[in-house]
Amino acid sequence: MNRKIVSSALFYLAVAAIVLVVLFPFLWMLASSFKTQVDIISWPPKIFFSPTLQNYRKVFGEQDFLKYFLNSTIVGASAVGLSLVLGLPAAYSIARFRQRKLAVFILLARLMPGISFLMPWYIVFSRLDLMDSYTALILSHILIALPIVVWIMSTYFSTIPPEMEESAMVDGATRQYAFWAIILPLSGPGIITATTLSFIFSWNNFMFSQVLSMEKTKTLPIAVYNFLSYAEVDWGGVMAAAVAIMAPAIVLTMIFQKYVVKGLTMGAVKG
Amino acid sequence: MIQSSFTERNLQLLFPLPAIVFVAMLMVFPVLYTSYLSFTNWNLTSGAEPTFVGLRSYARVLSEPRFLHALARTFAFTLFAVVIEGFLGVAAALILNRAFAGKSVAKLLLLLPLVATPIAVGIVFNLFFDPTIGLANFVLQAFGLPPGLWISSENSVIPSLILVDVWQWTPMITLIVLAGLAGLSEEPVEAARIDGASEWQILRLVTIPMVMPVILTALILRLIDALKTFDIIFAMTGGGPGYASETLNIMGFKYSFEYFRMGQSAVILVVLFVVVFGCSLGIMKLRASSEV
Repeated sequence: MNRKIVSSALFYLAVAAIVLVVLFPFLWMLASSFKTQVDIISWPPKIFFSPTLQNYRKVFGEQDFLKYFLNSTIVGASAVGLSLVLGLPAAYSIARFRQRKLAVFILLARLMPGISFLMPWYIVFSRLDLMDSYTALILSHILIALPIVVWIMSTYFSTIPPEMEESAMVDGATRQYAFWAIILPLSGPGIITATTLSFIFSWNNFMFSQVLSMEKTKTLPIAVYNFLSYAEVDWGGVMAAAVAIMAPAIVLTMIFQKYVVKGLTMGAVKG
Repeated sequence: MIQSSFTERNLQLLFPLPAIVFVAMLMVFPVLYTSYLSFTNWNLTSGAEPTFVGLRSYARVLSEPRFLHALARTFAFTLFAVVIEGFLGVAAALILNRAFAGKSVAKLLLLLPLVATPIAVGIVFNLFFDPTIGLANFVLQAFGLPPGLWISSENSVIPSLILVDVWQWTPMITLIVLAGLAGLSEEPVEAARIDGASEWQILRLVTIPMVMPVILTALILRLIDALKTFDIIFAMTGGGPGYASETLNIMGFKYSFEYFRMGQSAVILVVLFVVVFGCSLGIMKLRASSEV
């Protein structure tokens, strides 16, 4: 009996340690974002302090963060939307006609280092006068979203029994109609997974936007990074900016937790 | 009617065609163009067109100590990060692999580092590692240890960056392994227990071998991403101090977008591409063989 209590105490201690390590940087970031500069640079670090909103006022007032927020949303939503248009039929075809090589081909876009496309894009987009344009940025972000959509949806479609559309086809419907009218309406959970995950990856992307966007189309990660480089001492503002950029992805994750876990672990666990 | 039957007969080509064209234009063509540029000595700031110089850019870059160090550093960073993440991630998964109050909350919390914007994570850890006001040194002091320089010293910058990578990505291993463990059948474990095996023996001889394919796949997925680590390094050190934390990805970025030496940068990108491609081929072979 005693042993049981000790082992269960040890277990909860271990769980608490894991959770604490995971959470700590978030809590500390959040705390710092409500601290004045004086409180941040005081030593030893202050656990108790009177919170202030001045950092957030600065980020959303003096900095044009709402604009960057909007840019990130426009780029992410457009890239994900277009990726669904391109990716859903491709994923269906991969699932039903077992096109493994095609799946690998599209997946390469996820595996390969982004910079090996980015350098040529930079040259081509400069010549086409597409630097700092939504077009270039959205195109680049489709290459982030599309492999995720294809990966998740081809796995999802293959879990839907082929009899679903075959019975409709016996009744004279075309396969493309059956895909549109029967398969897609059944695919809600898969589409939610693919949409959430690919939007988060686009939202968090730094490298593509850093090179392809300038003042007009600048996305949040770039704004946060720039904030660091010219406001080196203003840690409170930087932390508030970090909170602002992470909040939407975290909220999405909390809402769609089940789907995000499924999407992230799908690659390694079959079935 | 004829048109629709044409569509239907060629559905397996027509459905994926737009995606294929897109990927070909935005991935295949650029990679080919990069390969071509690696045989030139093009410098974008010179205004001249690329001229073919054969393998001269390769000879120049591949003999440069800065490149060789970046190459070795990329492997070292990846190896240490992935091994540490593997051990911690599997250990955490084995701990969490039982029913307990708050399990779903714990799993939600594990997700948060994975969706946190890497560039912002880097920035938060910048403050954490700050030698004068950072919490890292406060923790060291609390244990009676001397303060460290963390990312400000050439000697400790890579271990510090590995620490950040471990914090952010260990939960991915844990979640994947947890999903793998949930899919295992109970029978072998029960049988071993009836045969009088200790919990440690069951873990070592039954559970871990059964979940090994999942662990390996998780590690290789991590490996491919770790080779390409960019955001946290760029945000925290930009490759410095000096070149002490410069990986291939960072070096390629600087050659492309700071020095505009496209020919030499293309060489770096080709090497990085080959490294990542080699590892990706490895993963696919492994998946194929584990499917039989």
